[in-house]
Amino acid sequence: MQISSRQLDKTTIFDVSGDIDLANSPAVRKALLKEVRDNRTPRVVMNLSKVRYIDSSGVASLVEGLKASRDVGSRFILFGLSTSAREVLQLSRLLKIFEVYDNEEQALAG
Amino acid sequence: MTSLRTRSRARGETEIHMKVLHPVRRNKAKERNGDSSRGLLLRLELPSDPSLLCAVRGAVERLTESFGFSEPECRAVTRAVDEALTNIIRHAYKGRPDRPIEMSFRSVHRQSDHTPSEGLEILLCDRGPSIERAQLCMRELEEVRPGGLGLHFIQQSMDIVEYKRANGTNRLRLVKYVRAPKQE
Repeated sequence: MQISSRQLDKTTIFDVSGDIDLANSPAVRKALLKEVRDNRTPRVVMNLSKVRYIDSSGVASLVEGLKASRDVGSRFILFGLSTSAREVLQLSRLLKIFEVYDNEEQALAG
Repeated sequence: MTSLRTRSRARGETEIHMKVLHPVRRNKAKERNGDSSRGLLLRLELPSDPSLLCAVRGAVERLTESFGFSEPECRAVTRAVDEALTNIIRHAYKGRPDRPIEMSFRSVHRQSDHTPSEGLEILLCDRGPSIERAQLCMRELEEVRPGGLGLHFIQQSMDIVEYKRANGTNRLRLVKYVRAPKQE
């Protein structure tokens, strides 16, 4: 898995590629929490269009990012969910909890 | 027995021992060994290293595809196996990457409503401490909080989920039938 970030005005976009599982979800969690809690970025966007698989530990990292962003009053947005990623969020009844868009354009316009 | 070498970023090379049985050899093995190898499709022996999860998912995806599951069913079985392994690594072995895990995949049959159906049985074994019943309880999904989802994903994905402790080994048995209703 690889994770990198881009800055667009008051938004940070994380571009993630590969699978998010037990081996690398701590890295996702660390990057997200640093951006939300330490940098206090008003809008954090996760580009998951190159993520094929997310396990429960990956979902937990996203939930932590969401909760941290709610705590500091920022927005936490996901876009580009694969079928598998969408399924796990549906199974965990979290799909409606997250702000989810199909692509980057919609995510930034939302 | 095939050895699949995979590179672990933190610990150099790690090996997964994989035994894939060709259908003809499978039948011969069945004749030779009787019940012990009945329906055996694949055996995996691997250390409890999270960096190997990706390789196991790849193997399970191919196996479920060739078994005849639909795409959503393939994803469901792969997810269940991945979450079961994650639970073993996190809870049974407390994150230690060098403990043994054994997995076997078998073809099983059942007769339901006079219609025979074929299923894939997956047995995961670890040598961690016995699991408390309370640890096998799923949490309420209404609660939005991280963690506790793995067992829920396994239950949602499989038709049968059974846990047994035998001879110092935790044994998790998962079964998914091809186009079968969920277990009551």
